[in-house]
Amino acid sequence: MTATGGEAALFWVLAPLMVLAALGLLFVRRAVHAAMCLVFVMVSLAIMYIAQEAAFLGVVQVVVYTGAVMMLFLFVLMLVGVDASDSLTETIKGQRGIGLLLGLGLGIVLAGVVAQAAFPPAAGLGLANEVTNPVGLARILFGDYVLAMEAVGVLLVTAAMGALVLTHRRRLEPRRTQRTMAESRVRALPRGVSLTPQPTPGVYALNNAMDTPALDPAGEPVEASVPRVLRIRGQQRSVGALLESERATVEGE
Amino acid sequence: MIPGIAADFSQDTIWTTVVKAVLIVVFLLTSVLFAIWFERKVVARMQVRPGPNWHGPFGLLQSLADAMKLLLKEDLTVTAADKFTYLLAPMISVFCSLLVFAVVPFGPEVTIPFTDYSTPAQLTDFPVAVLYVLACASLGVYGIVLGGWSSGSTYPLLGAVRSTAQVISYELAMGLSLVSVFLMAGSMSTSQIVDSQTRLWWFIPLLPAFVVYVISMVGETNRLPFDLPEAEGELVSGYMTEYSSMKFAWFFLAEYINMLNVSAVAVTLFLGGWRAPWPLSAVGAGMLNEGWWAVLWFLVKLWAVMFVFVWVRGTLLRLRYDQFMVFGWKVLIPVALSFAVVVALIQWANRVVELPFTATLWVIGGVFAVLLALVWFWPEKPRPIGRKGGEEAVLDAFADGYPVPPLPGQTLPPSPRGRRTPIEHDAAGAVADAAGAGPGSAATETGGVLQKKGRVTGE
Repeated sequence: MTATGGEAALFWVLAPLMVLAALGLLFVRRAVHAAMCLVFVMVSLAIMYIAQEAAFLGVVQVVVYTGAVMMLFLFVLMLVGVDASDSLTETIKGQRGIGLLLGLGLGIVLAGVVAQAAFPPAAGLGLANEVTNPVGLARILFGDYVLAMEAVGVLLVTAAMGALVLTHRRRLEPRRTQRTMAESRVRALPRGVSLTPQPTPGVYALNNAMDTPALDPAGEPVEASVPRVLRIRGQQRSVGALLESERATVEGE
Repeated sequence: MIPGIAADFSQDTIWTTVVKAVLIVVFLLTSVLFAIWFERKVVARMQVRPGPNWHGPFGLLQSLADAMKLLLKEDLTVTAADKFTYLLAPMISVFCSLLVFAVVPFGPEVTIPFTDYSTPAQLTDFPVAVLYVLACASLGVYGIVLGGWSSGSTYPLLGAVRSTAQVISYELAMGLSLVSVFLMAGSMSTSQIVDSQTRLWWFIPLLPAFVVYVISMVGETNRLPFDLPEAEGELVSGYMTEYSSMKFAWFFLAEYINMLNVSAVAVTLFLGGWRAPWPLSAVGAGMLNEGWWAVLWFLVKLWAVMFVFVWVRGTLLRLRYDQFMVFGWKVLIPVALSFAVVVALIQWANRVVELPFTATLWVIGGVFAVLLALVWFWPEKPRPIGRKGGEEAVLDAFADGYPVPPLPGQTLPPSPRGRRTPIEHDAAGAVADAAGAGPGSAATETGGVLQKKGRVTGE
């Protein structure tokens, strides 16, 4: 069980970093940083797999776990708490004790299984990868373990359907499509509602802020181009004053 | 020699690998400079303007000047940024995009000039090389997502969330369209897939998969019409809003390298890789399919796909976000999935049942004939008439207060003019006109027309 020079170097570079990242996962404050630590561990694991000639496993690890599962995790984390540092108060009473107990139990079970497990003599990589790694894996998965594969597939599909059903909301009113919205806008025209978006604020040589009204083709200020909030607060500027100040600047120079 | 791949890397030493890796990076960086110039020039031509034409011959040095300007700009770090992640994100993007070309075959065995040393024109290959490409692409998204998140600002975050959803859904469609190539080629190694296209390039028998791939590759690289993560009109520039100078340049670089990556995968998997196009491949017993010639064909095809990118950008408008997601999930994925199943069935008939190829074609033809007959004889749904499904079969000419033309299926009410009788003093002209048109046409309904004609002839 000796590794070649390259593989040993790879291991001794990656393994300490992986341990650091794994510890980071436990101890960093922000959830996104923890997720990044986990991603680092996963990618390093994939590199290790590939170094040990399990190319398919390594690549799938990245595509499925890092690319899809962790990405969805990150997605939720970012949407839920963008800048809030996460609250560390425990909401369930006695959570810590129960957690410790269950963790201990899991540890004992795992230790028992590992201690009890008996492996057949190793066949060797040469034999396992004889028909290329993906083909060899496919023969095992879809030959020897096809039932287990199918069962897992059915389970996953059921879980996905369950998620769909649980998050499904019945539509109470008809869907508003682009067409219905356009029609309702046209129908509202006689009531003085504009068909087009509101005009943008005015652009002048010295000023293009939100509080400056645009000018229509006749040179009159367009009231609606200034946001309603500013108009109600009385914060819009008059065109006359703006043009006057521009003229003063131009003539002053 | 590794089993399951066509290229032979057994002669390669560590130095060969290093030289190849450096060459690939140099190739990618110069190609990006060229691609920016190419894109600007081609789009300009499509919009009837000259494009960059000032710096260097044909404006070729324009993108170099732009890159220099970008590097010398002030490097801002926004206050709300998560410093480390903010710096890490563009690096992830660039590194992941640089990885893909490691498995792209530029050509077969080539001989280094002035020596007799020959080596495959490809850095490396392994039995799951195409999956490795997908893995690099999915890691590259982390750059975008973390860049958007770490900026600590709303637009970048929205851009990042959009891009996550977009890349995950379009990568599914992309992966499924690649499955049919794996099934046909019987391998996931790039050199083996190119080898399997000796007789026929896969885009011909696998046309639906090719179409799905081309669409999803545009979605994957966030290019128009799918550039929603950086939609200028909505999100300023999405995940890179808060980036400037070198960090922004890295995102920009990654985007263009990704374009080259997906183009190279399209060429390798569907367009015959480095193989010469048909009439040329027959010249001199395959002489043009060997050595450095092959690199030329590969580059020609690569830039042809890049041209498609630019063409699409110059032609199409950006999609609305919900339409874009519906298109990905309800059109592209089902099409790619069902096509993969069809290909699997055909391969099963071919290899397991050992049906002769002509018989397979007959079966496909039969299935199509049955489908066609079904579509042909399927009872047609009655089409709704008028705007509200048959309620307004008679035209309300002033619906909603505005004059409206009749819709298909609506009938015009009889014209009020038709009920008028022709005016007396015009009658002679009108009768003369009616006599010319034929007896009986002077009925009350056409009275209006007659009246008009009468006036014209009367003058």
